[in-house]
Amino acid sequence: MKGAEILIESFRKEKVDVVFGYPGGSVLDIFDIIYKSGLRFILTRHEQGAAHAADGYARATGKTGVCIATSGPGATNLVTGIATAYMDSVPMVAITGQVPTRMIGNDAFQEADITGITRPITKHNYLVKDIDELPRILKEAFYIASTGRPGPVLVDIPKDIQNASTDNKYPDSVEMRGYKPNYEGHIQQIKKAAEMIMAAQRPVIYAGGGVIISNGSEELAKLAGKAGIPVTTTLLGLGSFPSTDDLSLGMLGMHGTKYANLAVQDTDLLIAVGARFDDRVTGKVSEFAPHAKVIHIDIDPTSIRKNVNVDIPVVGDVKKVLAELIKNIKKCDTQPWLNKIGRWKKEYPLSYGKGGLKPQFVIEKIYELTKGDAIITTEVGQNQMWAAQFYKYTRPRTFISSGGLGTMGYGLPAAMGAQAGCPGKLVFDIAGDGSIQMNIQELTTCVLNKLPVKIIILNNGCLGMVRQWQELFYGGRYSSTILNAKGPDGEKGITFCEENRCHPYLPDFIKLAGAFGAEGVRISKDSEVVPALKKAIESDKTYIIECIVDPEENVFPMVPAGASLNEMIESMA
Amino acid sequence: MKHTISALVENKSGVLARIAGLFSARGFNIDSLAVGETQDTAISRMTIVVRGDDAVLEQVCKQLNKLVDVIKVQDFAGKDFVDRELILLKVSTDGKTRHEVLQIVEIFRAKIIDIKAKSMTIEATGSDSKVDAIIDMLRPFGIKELARTGKIAIARG
Ligand SMILES: Cc1ncc(C[n+]2csc(CCOP(=O)(O)OP(=O)(O)O)c2C)c(N)n1
Repeated sequence: MKGAEILIESFRKEKVDVVFGYPGGSVLDIFDIIYKSGLRFILTRHEQGAAHAADGYARATGKTGVCIATSGPGATNLVTGIATAYMDSVPMVAITGQVPTRMIGNDAFQEADITGITRPITKHNYLVKDIDELPRILKEAFYIASTGRPGPVLVDIPKDIQNASTDNKYPDSVEMRGYKPNYEGHIQQIKKAAEMIMAAQRPVIYAGGGVIISNGSEELAKLAGKAGIPVTTTLLGLGSFPSTDDLSLGMLGMHGTKYANLAVQDTDLLIAVGARFDDRVTGKVSEFAPHAKVIHIDIDPTSIRKNVNVDIPVVGDVKKVLAELIKNIKKCDTQPWLNKIGRWKKEYPLSYGKGGLKPQFVIEKIYELTKGDAIITTEVGQNQMWAAQFYKYTRPRTFISSGGLGTMGYGLPAAMGAQAGCPGKLVFDIAGDGSIQMNIQELTTCVLNKLPVKIIILNNGCLGMVRQWQELFYGGRYSSTILNAKGPDGEKGITFCEENRCHPYLPDFIKLAGAFGAEGVRISKDSEVVPALKKAIESDKTYIIECIVDPEENVFPMVPAGASLNEMIESMA
Repeated sequence: MKHTISALVENKSGVLARIAGLFSARGFNIDSLAVGETQDTAISRMTIVVRGDDAVLEQVCKQLNKLVDVIKVQDFAGKDFVDRELILLKVSTDGKTRHEVLQIVEIFRAKIIDIKAKSMTIEATGSDSKVDAIIDMLRPFGIKELARTGKIAIARG
């Protein structure tokens, strides 16, 4: 078989049902085989869109996402998408074309050393130099991407290799000396952890994205229920534990709930599950969970003791380790602790003020109308944090967001990928007016492929999250964060058109929706939210709802960068 | 603190760049790095000498281990191991100094491998302290060129 055929054969063998990408000179042979193969291929309008779409598909379905780009600029356009997937441990295989083998290193037309460029942002990558190795390499790529702690793997295939033939078959299994993920937790460690849990007075589970990746949500719920342990999650852990459960503390960290942060600062045993003690979670690390012993369950040994000291590490697959842990635990009584937390929850609920259309209100309404059954993707900034705080996630794989890299422009293509993977689901992209412009071209892809994504633009006329930091820590000097047509006015503040329905904003997102063949509506009052959402939900079209929201609304609570979790700012007052 | 890290790796292109990348990303300068095949020609051993914070290096070792092409990593710090380095050193000599240089060579059990009217080339092996010592002793005569292999090491027993 020819190299290009082997590639498509590998997709078939790995049960890849959709591929995202963009053609070019170095992948013409691959695209020719795609043309004949009947493979579902979604042509995006930018390679970054293809990478994020593959990522969104992977997070929504749990399967490996696949994207293809040509050599040089096509490949470099994938880079942000690959880095995003790497930071959030998303299984992805990225295929790039490369100039012919004999031209590599000679600054050939559209040559870029993409394996060199992506080395620190891939779990592994390959430059294929010998056609006989291609079947094995592809098998390894899919295996590495999806096993252990998942991540993106890039395979760079020179044009001549795509055309060369080999008799080697696509292997059924892989054998790699240097790569043997360990799934089983050490039983002695698990028993010690169980003892420690049963001895704790004020335990807290801190659940991360690893719970979702390992499909361990059921086990997590069982453990929490059996041992009476409240659960707080990271941003990427949202959905791993139902936020509607009495034991749920919501999200912790920089924009976490006050009660989650108070619980973590008071706990005597922190059980970290598939989480990595990111600085957005811990705040000042030396003052994080100061009274706690720490149990850390994670498949990646490099996550353990990276940022905090751990009393009992358990390296293994979260689902398996939790299942084993549950067996070793008796029912515990933590009622006094839960009572204390209950009081905090009553005293410090998430809240927001009045005045104009509030972004938090819009998100609450999306939750009410979808009953938590939608897939929510986000862009980055305030929109992301409000989507995390005010929608109640009850199922894994329903919250999809760029946590580690914080990539603006992620939400729309990720929603598109999620929708391609879950055709029956309602998929929303919660966006800011800044971020949405970074990959807005993918509206075309959505429309042409009948992907009825609902895009909620929380239009505050500015790069809200950065503006918030400027307001809080830079004396209100809004340097280059005002996006509306008028720009900044005087010392401080944003000038908005009195009548928000005129066009102080550029671009006009509703006209833009029309130009892309999508539906669009602009709203600016509370009373318009539910009707507009209902209409969008009932529509089978790609839909933009532009919400003109309070321009200076802030995300609270907030732990300033580098402060301890006790030092929460709760409002502007 | 100085660490001697030994890594068994796949004998493939790209491996060196991956390993070097883990150090360079942290701004660590590698003191020395020696690579060669092992008894299994598909496997190479890399011996890396690097200075850095112990906790950071522990993390680096874990990350090295995580690389797909890395089979095994050992940090010899605090362990029982033997290490050697080989150097080639060209030192200025003349009729007056030649004898003194020869004496030093003998004391360190080094070897003369080339001799010219105005210079001598010396081969020496040993632990880093020995190698450093002979270099120090010869420095006053004028070292014209120096090449070091970098340290290689192996655990005892
Ligand atoms: C690609 C990229 N560039 C810059 C940033 C820095 N950044 C973080 S949040 C933010 C503002 C986002 O503004 P917008 O999308 O309007 O969302 P809002 O915060 O207003 O909800 C910026 C610029 C980023 N995260 N990603």
